[in-house]
Amino acid sequence: MSPSTEPSLEVRLGSLVFRNPVMVASGTFGYGPEYAELVDLSALGAIVVKGICREPTRGNPPPRTVETPSGLINAIGLPGPGVAGFIRDYLPFLRRVPTPVIVNVWGRTVEEYGEVVESLDREEGVHGYEINVSCPNIKEGSRAFGVHLDMFRRVVERVRAATRRPVIPKLAPNVSDIAAFARAAEECGADAISLINSIPAMAVDIETRRPILGNVTGGLTGPAIHPIAVKLVWEAARAVRIPTIAMGGIRDAADAIEFMIVGATAVAVGTANFVEPRTAVRVVEGIRDYLVRHGMTSVADLTGSLRLEGLPCGG
Amino acid sequence: MTLEEAIVVEHLPDAGGYWRIELRAPAIAPRVRPGQFVHVRLTAPADAILRRPFSVFRTEDDRLELLYKPVGRGTRAMTELRPGAVISLLGPLGRGFPTPAPDRFPVLVAGGYGMAALYLLGRESGRAGIVFVGGASAVDVLCVPEFEALGWEVRVATEDGSRGLRGQVTDAFDAWAASELSDRTPELFACGPNGMLRAVGERAIARGWTAWLSMDRAMGCGVGACLTCVQKVRDPSHPDGWTWARVCREGPVFECREIVWEDDV
Ligand SMILES: Cc1cc2nc3c(=O)[nH]c(=O)nc-3n(C[C@H](O)[C@H](O)[C@H](O)COP(=O)(O)OP(=O)(O)OC[C@H]3O[C@@H](n4cnc5c(N)ncnc54)[C@H](O)[C@@H]3O)c2cc1C
Ligand SMILES: Cc1cc2nc3c(=O)[nH]c(=O)nc-3n(C[C@H](O)[C@H](O)[C@H](O)COP(=O)(O)O)c2cc1C
Ligand code: FES
Repeated sequence: MSPSTEPSLEVRLGSLVFRNPVMVASGTFGYGPEYAELVDLSALGAIVVKGICREPTRGNPPPRTVETPSGLINAIGLPGPGVAGFIRDYLPFLRRVPTPVIVNVWGRTVEEYGEVVESLDREEGVHGYEINVSCPNIKEGSRAFGVHLDMFRRVVERVRAATRRPVIPKLAPNVSDIAAFARAAEECGADAISLINSIPAMAVDIETRRPILGNVTGGLTGPAIHPIAVKLVWEAARAVRIPTIAMGGIRDAADAIEFMIVGATAVAVGTANFVEPRTAVRVVEGIRDYLVRHGMTSVADLTGSLRLEGLPCGG
Repeated sequence: MTLEEAIVVEHLPDAGGYWRIELRAPAIAPRVRPGQFVHVRLTAPADAILRRPFSVFRTEDDRLELLYKPVGRGTRAMTELRPGAVISLLGPLGRGFPTPAPDRFPVLVAGGYGMAALYLLGRESGRAGIVFVGGASAVDVLCVPEFEALGWEVRVATEDGSRGLRGQVTDAFDAWAASELSDRTPELFACGPNGMLRAVGERAIARGWTAWLSMDRAMGCGVGACLTCVQKVRDPSHPDGWTWARVCREGPVFECREIVWEDDV
């Protein structure tokens, strides 16, 4: 194929330009170095690192994950080096990688979210913030941020005030009206939204009658949640004008393309990294092939291209 | 660490319900160090999504061999793999056993698939020592001829007394340490159930020996990214004196003094 017919994979999120729309999801790719021997990091659209909060944290007792049919329930509990530890131990590595780095941020209070972003904002090499208000594994109030609109707004506003870099609130899937959260994010000045985070879930060992996870409950991810995510992404994306980053059970390019058709501008690969570390790179190739096959010149043409003519909600 | 499509060369049932699978993996096999593992992508069942970790039992040129027991859905499905089948391997992974100290007498202690995890160490240690192997019954005792062929002395303990000493593998070790160790200082290398590892570690600490323990924890990614496989280890720099280590990255082998044992194991 001649270079002139090569479709454009570039996407924009606020002031950020990504070489392609495929990222790796927070918590499934470590902080970057873990997969560097296996994956060409410069082929990724962006790297979203594991959730960072103000102080070092330990996370939950094991067992921290359990495999379920076509899925994985995790209750890792957001262990991490804290913001200073991240800057010291991982940022020097990430600065050398020619790929945008989005830091996933969480806090126990509204103020903590703001402080973490302020600390990171003084550093080169951080390109944006994904605001984790929706992890089901933190008990100290954080969950409330994702499911209560007023709390959600306060977090997004606080973070917005702390930085001019892109702010991407990550929506919780377990709300009755996802569009309301998407709109609230946009109104509070977010540059994009991302969804979905893991879905609250639980598994029991029937022989011992004890919960399998050390934390009792966790969050379900992987192929099992993909159709749920497609529906939520569709509802959220059409409620706002800012871009949507979609995730949930992506295994291959088809899953990613499905997300883009219902409205996603970009996607992130999560659990599949554990299975096939090169999934994201393969998804990029698969999207390119699809665009060529369908005679599309830009990946942007895919976004929101869902055809609803003649259907009840086709408006 | 590499990702490689390996080809099944041979796959046969062994004693004690174990299976041996030989794989052609030219990128991974020559790089495996004793005590390291590979993360195997299952081909079935289709709804089991995670890879499964297995110690590398033996390597020979471009091939590696695993010794495994079907214990669940994934390992049971693995037994269906036929020669010629292709499976994805990720490896070699983890920090394996160190080279045995030249001034110590090497002692291996194994239970379950532990013999598989220790064989390469036995082959590459440079000098033969003694191996203690335990199992419930005679059929559960694996790899004795392999270790004898390397020139190692093998002592067996079985819970039902059907082979070797009746009792735990640590009983066999204790008897030997009391009467035959004399003035040698042993260096211990162990792989097996947690209770056994803990017992080995306690002996080493009491006598001032070094003991390297290979830990088994359920895994997700196998490369240090998901933080599933954590083990409590001592960390003097932390106010509480401990931290979590990733068994897939900082382990699976730890010196016994690093481990903080919890009450349930
Ligand atoms: C570093 C490392 C090296 C290993 N090396 C070997 C080896 O050389 N040979 C070998 O036979 N096995 C080895 N294992 C254990 C092996 O990984 C598990 O037996 C396997 O993952 C079980 O998969 P499954 O799908 O059959 O079981 P699952 O369906 O995942 O689980 C079914 C049952 O198996 C049990 N189980 C799950 N994980 C483990 C585990 N890690 N250990 C024991 N029981 C488990 C569960 O309690 C459950 O009851 C090793 C594990 C680790 C961490
Ligand atoms: C082990 C694990 C750890 C995760 N850690 C985080 C995290 O720290 N912050 C966050 O916002 N999401 C976290 N997630 C959620 C993912 O980023 C993603 O939203 C979710 O897994 C859905 O995508 P998937 O089905 O492709 O995995 C984690 C997911 C998994 C499986
Ligand atoms: S298995 Fe993922 S960190 Fe060890």
